[in-house]
Amino acid sequence: MPPTKEKLLEMLRSMLLTRRFEEKLTELCQIEGKVPGMMILCTGQEAVAAGVCAALEPQDVIVPNHRSHGHLLARGADPNALMAECFGKRTGFNKGKSGTLHVAVPEVNALCTTTVVGGGIPIAAGVAFAQKYRKQKNVTVCFFGDGAADEGSFHEALNLAALWDLPVLFVCENNLYAGAQRYEEHTKIRDMADRAVAYGIPGIVVDGNDARVVYAAAERARARAVAGEGPSLIECKTYRCRGHGESDHQLYQPPEEIASWKERCPLPRLRDEVLAQELLDEKALKSMEDEISRIVEDAVRFAEESPWPDPEDALSDVYV
Amino acid sequence: MQQLTMGQAVNQALREEMLRDPNVFIAGEGVGVSIHAAPVLPTFGLLEEFGPDRVKDTPVSEAAIAGLAVGASVMGLRPVVEIMFNPFVTLASDMIVNHAAKLRYLSGGKSTFPMVVRIKSGAGFKAGCQHSHNLEAWLAHCPGIRVVMPSTPADAKGLLKSAIRDDNPVVFIEDMLLYFVPGPVPEEEYLVPIGKADVKRQGSDVTIVTWSKMLGAAMKGAALLEQKGVSAEVIDLRTLAPLDKDAILDSVRKTGRLVVLHEATRTGGFAGEICALVAEEALGSLKAPFRRVTGPDIPVPFSPPLEAFYIPDEHDLVKAVESIV
Repeated sequence: MPPTKEKLLEMLRSMLLTRRFEEKLTELCQIEGKVPGMMILCTGQEAVAAGVCAALEPQDVIVPNHRSHGHLLARGADPNALMAECFGKRTGFNKGKSGTLHVAVPEVNALCTTTVVGGGIPIAAGVAFAQKYRKQKNVTVCFFGDGAADEGSFHEALNLAALWDLPVLFVCENNLYAGAQRYEEHTKIRDMADRAVAYGIPGIVVDGNDARVVYAAAERARARAVAGEGPSLIECKTYRCRGHGESDHQLYQPPEEIASWKERCPLPRLRDEVLAQELLDEKALKSMEDEISRIVEDAVRFAEESPWPDPEDALSDVYV
Repeated sequence: MQQLTMGQAVNQALREEMLRDPNVFIAGEGVGVSIHAAPVLPTFGLLEEFGPDRVKDTPVSEAAIAGLAVGASVMGLRPVVEIMFNPFVTLASDMIVNHAAKLRYLSGGKSTFPMVVRIKSGAGFKAGCQHSHNLEAWLAHCPGIRVVMPSTPADAKGLLKSAIRDDNPVVFIEDMLLYFVPGPVPEEEYLVPIGKADVKRQGSDVTIVTWSKMLGAAMKGAALLEQKGVSAEVIDLRTLAPLDKDAILDSVRKTGRLVVLHEATRTGGFAGEICALVAEEALGSLKAPFRRVTGPDIPVPFSPPLEAFYIPDEHDLVKAVESIV
C-alpha cells in the first residue's frame, strides 16, 4: 500500500525535524566545547527512519544503532530531552549517561540502542521473541548499517529469528561505508539483501532515499511478521553524507560522489511529492519548516540551560 | 529432608520458578532435547512438562542465546539461558559484558534486564581446556552483572530462585562435578539471598575463603588441620559480585590469617581481589602474610594425572595454612 496523505506529511515532518536537528548539531560541533565527545549523524539517511517508523504501531519496538537521531525523532521522541542527552545534561533521556550514541527511550518503545556494531541484532530477536511469547500482534525493527551485516551476531540472530518465525524487520541502512571502508571493500555481493536467502526469509532491496518505497516495504514486512510468517531483511540503499563523527573529514569519500548523492537527497523528493499532491502549499510548507526550526532552537536552549549531572550521579543506575 | 544432587536442585529451582511465573522461560543448546539426557542434569524433563514454547532449544549460537536473553528481559520476560561450557561464554561475552551489564546504566536506569545466564563450568571432567576454564574473575570484573557460584545443592536451588527473581542480570556458574554430589535440600519453598556468604565452619586460627567446588577441598583441609591442632574457619562466598566483604573482614579480624582457595588460575584471579580487600581494610589484624591456593597459570590439561595436578586439593591448602601458622 502506498502511504496515505497523513503518512506522507508525518514522514516529511520527521525528516525535516531530523535534518534541522542534525544541521544544528553540525553547527554546534564547530564551537569548541559546545557538544562533548563524538557526534555521529544520519544526515542523508532520514528517509529510512521516517519510512519505516511511519509503518509501525505505537507498541512496536525499535532497536536503533549509533546513528539514531532519525530513528528516535521519527518515533516521536522529545527533541528537548534528546538534545539535552547529546549535551550530557541531567535532563537528557538517560541523565547524561548515554550521550548521543546509545540513547534509550522506552517511552516511545525505542529500546536498547547500542554502539557495538551488530550488537542490536540479537537483542532485537530477543525483543521479538517476547512479543511472540506474549502473543502480541507487534513487531520489532532493528536498524543497522552495512558494516554490521559482516558481524557474526547478524548471522546468528537472523538464523534464530528465521527458525523461530520471530516478528522482526531487519533494516539494513546500506549507506555505502563501514568506518572508512567502502561497501565493495568489505562485501563481495552486490546486494546485502541476498544474504536473506541463507536464512530462508525474504530479502528486499529498496531505494532508501525514497521514504514512500521504504514505507511500503516496511508495511508489507510488518504484515508478514504480524501474521506469524517471520522476519524480513530490508536493505535500504542510501548514503552517509556525514562522516563517522563530526571530526571525520571524509577524505576517503570522493567529493563528486558526495555531490551526486546530495542531488538524490531524500528531502526534496518527498517535499515535491507533497506539493504535487497539493497536501501543502508553499506557504504551509514554509510554516512547517519555521515551526521545526523553532522546536530545534528551543531544544538547544533547553539543553544549554539544563544543569550538568552531579559528579556522584555517575554511581547510580548500575544495578536495580 | 530430600537428598538431591546439584543438577537435580537446579532442575527443581527451574521447575518451581516456571510454575510460579509464566514470564520465566529457558533457552540454550540442548536444554530440551539433549545428547546428555539424564535425571541428574539440570534441565531434564522440563521440555516434556512445559512444552517447546517455554523450553527453547537453540542453534549453536552463543551470541544469539545471550542476545535473546537481553532483548526478552528488557521486555519484562525472565529468561534463564544456558551456556553449555564456561569457555563458550567468550562467544556470548559481547551480549553479557557490553549489553546486559551496561544497558541499564546507559539508559539512566530506565531499562532493566532481569535475566540469568547459567554457565556449566569446572575442571575435572576430562574434556580439555576449551571445555574447562574458570572465568569468574573476568565476569566479576564487569560492573552491572551479578556473579553467583553455589557449592551445595541447597544453595544452588535457593540462589537460582533468587537469581531468577532478581531484576539485574545474573551469571550463575554451576560446577559440573557437583551435579553428581548429593546433599540435603529443604522440601519447602525457600530463597538464599544473593550477596551473602556462608560461614561453613567456625575457627580461630585461620580464615579460608572459597566458593563452588573448592568448598569440598576446604572442608577436608579444615578437618586435616584440626587433627594438627589448627582451627580453621571456612567461608563459602556463594556470590562474587556483590561481594560479602563484611563476612571476610569479620573473620580475618578474628583469626588474623587468610588463605583464599579457588580452582581458577592464579594471575588476575579473584583471590587477588580478596587479598587486596583484606590488605586495605584489615592489614593490622593480620598476624602473617595471606596465601593464595589456586590453579597454576596453565590451560586445564586433558590427561587425568595432568588434570588432577591442575585442580587444587586439601593437601595444597593444608601446606599453605601451615606456612603461615
